[in-house]
Amino acid sequence: MVEFLLPKNSKIIAGTEHPAPRDCKRPRTFKIYRFSPDDDKNPRVDTYTIDLDQCGPMVLDALIHIKNTIDSTLTFRRSCREGVCGSCAMNIDGTNTLACTKPIANISGPVKVYPLPHMNVVKDLVPDMTEAYAQYAVVEPWLKSETPPPSDRERLQTPQDRAKLDGLYECILCFCCSASCPSYWWNSDRYLGPATLLQAYRWIADSRDEATGDRLDALHDPFRLYRCHTIMNCTNTCPKGLNPAKAIAETKKLVFFRQE
Amino acid sequence: MPHAYEFIDHTYDVVVVGAGGAGLRATFGMAEKGLKVACVTKVFPTRSHTVAAQGGIAAALGNVGEDDWRWHMYDTVKGSDWLGDQDAIEYMCREAIPAVIELEHYGVPFSRTPKGKIYQRAFGGMTTKFGEGTAQRTCAAADRTGHAILHALYQQALKHHAEFFVEYFAIDLMMDDKGNCIGVVALNLDDGTLHRFRGHQTVIATGGYGRVFASCTSAHICTGDGNAMVLRAGLPLQDMEFVQFHPTGLYGTGCLITEGARGEGGYLTNGKNERFMERYAPHAKDLASRDVVARAMTMEIREGRGCGNLKDHIYLHLEHLDPKIIEAQLPGIAEAARVFANVDVTRAPIPIVPTAHYSMGGIPANLHGEVIRPTPSDPDATVTGLMAIGEAACISVHGANRLGSNSLLDTIVFGRAAARRAAELVQPGTKHQDMPKDAGDFALARLDTFRNAKGSVSTSALRLDMQKTMQNYCAVFRTAESLSEGQKKMRALWAKRADLGITDRSLIWNSDLIETLELDNLLYQARATIDSAAARTESRGAHAREDFPKRDDENWLKHSTVRVDEKGDTQFSSRPVHLKPLTNDIEPIALKARIY
Repeated sequence: MVEFLLPKNSKIIAGTEHPAPRDCKRPRTFKIYRFSPDDDKNPRVDTYTIDLDQCGPMVLDALIHIKNTIDSTLTFRRSCREGVCGSCAMNIDGTNTLACTKPIANISGPVKVYPLPHMNVVKDLVPDMTEAYAQYAVVEPWLKSETPPPSDRERLQTPQDRAKLDGLYECILCFCCSASCPSYWWNSDRYLGPATLLQAYRWIADSRDEATGDRLDALHDPFRLYRCHTIMNCTNTCPKGLNPAKAIAETKKLVFFRQE
Repeated sequence: MPHAYEFIDHTYDVVVVGAGGAGLRATFGMAEKGLKVACVTKVFPTRSHTVAAQGGIAAALGNVGEDDWRWHMYDTVKGSDWLGDQDAIEYMCREAIPAVIELEHYGVPFSRTPKGKIYQRAFGGMTTKFGEGTAQRTCAAADRTGHAILHALYQQALKHHAEFFVEYFAIDLMMDDKGNCIGVVALNLDDGTLHRFRGHQTVIATGGYGRVFASCTSAHICTGDGNAMVLRAGLPLQDMEFVQFHPTGLYGTGCLITEGARGEGGYLTNGKNERFMERYAPHAKDLASRDVVARAMTMEIREGRGCGNLKDHIYLHLEHLDPKIIEAQLPGIAEAARVFANVDVTRAPIPIVPTAHYSMGGIPANLHGEVIRPTPSDPDATVTGLMAIGEAACISVHGANRLGSNSLLDTIVFGRAAARRAAELVQPGTKHQDMPKDAGDFALARLDTFRNAKGSVSTSALRLDMQKTMQNYCAVFRTAESLSEGQKKMRALWAKRADLGITDRSLIWNSDLIETLELDNLLYQARATIDSAAARTESRGAHAREDFPKRDDENWLKHSTVRVDEKGDTQFSSRPVHLKPLTNDIEPIALKARIY
C-alpha cells in the first residue's frame, strides 16, 4: 500500500517562544529543533532570543548559553569546543557543520539549528550514530600487512608517501558529510557514505598497508562504493575542509584500472 | 512520578572506565591477551580529550640527533621538581621507546624525517646530556598527534573486537565489605537503563578535571569523574595541589596552542615587544618548563607589561617562520588561531595567556597501574581490584610539574603496563563471587537525589561560581590569604549542593542530570585541590606560594594524600617519594636547584 501521510511524529510543530531578556543589547533569535523521547508529542521548534553580548561568538556558545540560563532541558552533544572531537555536528542554517566552529556572525536571519538530517533522533539535537559507527568498522580501518614490522624500530615511510595521508587522516568522524549526502539518505543501509569511504581510502593510500587488493574487493559493490554519484555535498559541507568526494573518486579509479 | 530502578548486570574479567589514550591502550591490550574486557565510556572513544593533544609524544628514539632514555629521565625528574617517583619515571622513559615504535606499527601517521623515520621536535624542558643541549625527542604527527594516536588506538580496539559501552556514564564504584573494588555502576544515556559491571579489575582512565577552572584548555567532558568516584569510595587522591597552567592557551576561549609552536621556533613577547623569557630562563628561554614560562608570563602581565588594550595577555610569534613549516608542522594551530582569534599566524602574533591544562595529581597508583591505599605500615599498599592510569592517576611520573609530550607518553606506557598487569592478575573466565545485596545502592541513591533535585540553585550557576573561585584564588600564584579566602568560598559553595535544582526529569539523554553529577564530581576535586594547596607551605613545580617562595625538601619532599568526606571536609596524610630508580642502569637523580 502506498502511504500518503508522513509517519507519525515526523511533522514538526511550533514550540515555545522565549522572548529576549530585558535590557537586551544585541538580540539574536535561535530556532531550535526539540524532540522528547519520553512522550508521544511531535517534534517542535522552540524559539529563543538571547543577548549576544552575554555569550561567545560560536553557535555552540549560544546553545550552552541557552542551556545554562533559559532552558536546561535543551540537549546536545559537545566536548572539545575547538573543532577536533566531532561531537557537536548538527545542521545549522541549512548546512551540516560543527556548532563549536560556526560563527553566529556568519549567519543571516534567525539561526536555525536541527540535528544531522536523516538519522534517527534520540533527543533534541542528539542523533543516533550507531549505524554510522558500525559502517566505519566494516572497512576494517586499521593497518594490515603480511610483512612483519622491524622488531625494534619504526617502519620507514618517505615524507612524500606520508604526505599522501594529508587530507585523509584528519577526519574527525563527525559524519557531517555522510548526513549531507542524498545518496546516503536513500541507501544508508547499504551505501557506506563519504565519511567511511574517506577512511577506507586513508588505508589504501598508506604506503605501509599491504591489503589494498582486499580493501578494493570489499568496496567493489554496487552499493558500498558505487552509490556515490559525485553530488559533492560531502566536500562542500566538511567542517575540516577535507575532500571525501576526491577520495571516493580515487578509489573508483583504482578499482577501474585494476580491472583493465 | 515514582520510578523503580532496575539493574542490568554484566560480568567481565576487566572493566575499563574511559576511552581516551590510556583507556583504549589498556582495553585492546587486555583483549589481545584473551581477557574479556568491557570499556565503559561517556563519549564515543574518538571524542575523548586525548584527541586534542597536539605537540607530540616523547621518546628517546634519537631520530633527529643523539638521544638516551637516561637524559629523558633526568629531564622528567628535574621537570617534576624531584617530586616524581624515580622508579616509575625510569620505567616510563625506557618503555617509551618500544611503546612509541608499537604505535607506529599500529599505523599512527607520524610525520617523517627525510630518511623516513618518525619526525621529532624540540619541546620545553627536553635536553640532551643531562641539561646541556636541546633534545629533539617529541614524536609528532604534525600538530595533531593526539588525534592521530587516539584514532589509531580505537582502530586497534576494533581490530581486537573489544566491547564498548558508548555513552554510558559511570556513576560510582562498587566496593565490597573488605574494601576491594568489584566493579562500577553506569547509566546508559541512550535508553536510561542502569548497569552494574562486575570486573576482577576495574581500571579508571577517566582523565583530568580541568573544568574545575573558569579558563582551561580542557574539553567540557574533563570533569575527573573517576577521581571523585575514588574519593567517595573512601580512598585518597594524591598531590592535588599541582595543576599545570599551559603558557599558551588562546586568549578568550582557552583553546590550546601547542608548545610545539615554540619547539618549531616560535617565541613570546610582552607589551613592550620584549622577549622577556631571556630574563627568566637565560639558557632555555621560551623552551623552559611550562610552570616557569607560565609564571614569567603572569609576572609580566601583573607588572603592567601585558599586550592589548587591557594589557592582560602575551603574544606568541610565528610570523617569522617559513610558511612551509607552518603548513607542514603547525596546520592545526594556524586553523585554531584563524577561527577563534581571527589571526593569520603568518602575519600577526597570537594572543595567549596561561590556562589551566593538566592535573599532575590524581589517584595514587604504582607503575603497574594498581591503585594505592597507603597504610601506616605500608605506604605502597594496593587496593584489590582497582587500577588507575592516564591523567586520572598519579603514578607519579610528573611530580610537581609535567613536561610537554610526557602526557601522551604516560597514557600509552601505563595503559600498556595495566594491560600486562591485568593479564598477570586475572585468569580469563574466573568466576565472580556473589554480588553483595546492596551493590550499586550508593550510586542509585546519588542518581535519584540529583534526578529529583528541586532546589533553587541551577547547576550552571553553581558550576560557574566554583570555576571563578578556583580561578581567582587557586591559580598560577597562591598565598595563604588568597587560599584561605578561596577555601571559605568553596565551603559555602559546597553547602549549596543541597539546594541544587534541575529541570529535566527524564532518564534518556538527560544532560541536565549528567552535568549535575559531573559538577558534584568537580566540587569534590575543587575541595581537594584548594585544601591541598593551602596545606603545602612551599613552592615546588606548578605550586607557587608567594609566601613560601622556596622549595622545602626538609619538610615537603613527599606526596600529599587527601581524602574528602561526604561533608566536603579534607583529611591529609603523606607518602614518601621514591627517590631510587627501578634498576642500577642509572644513578638516582640527586636533588639540586631547578634552573633553566
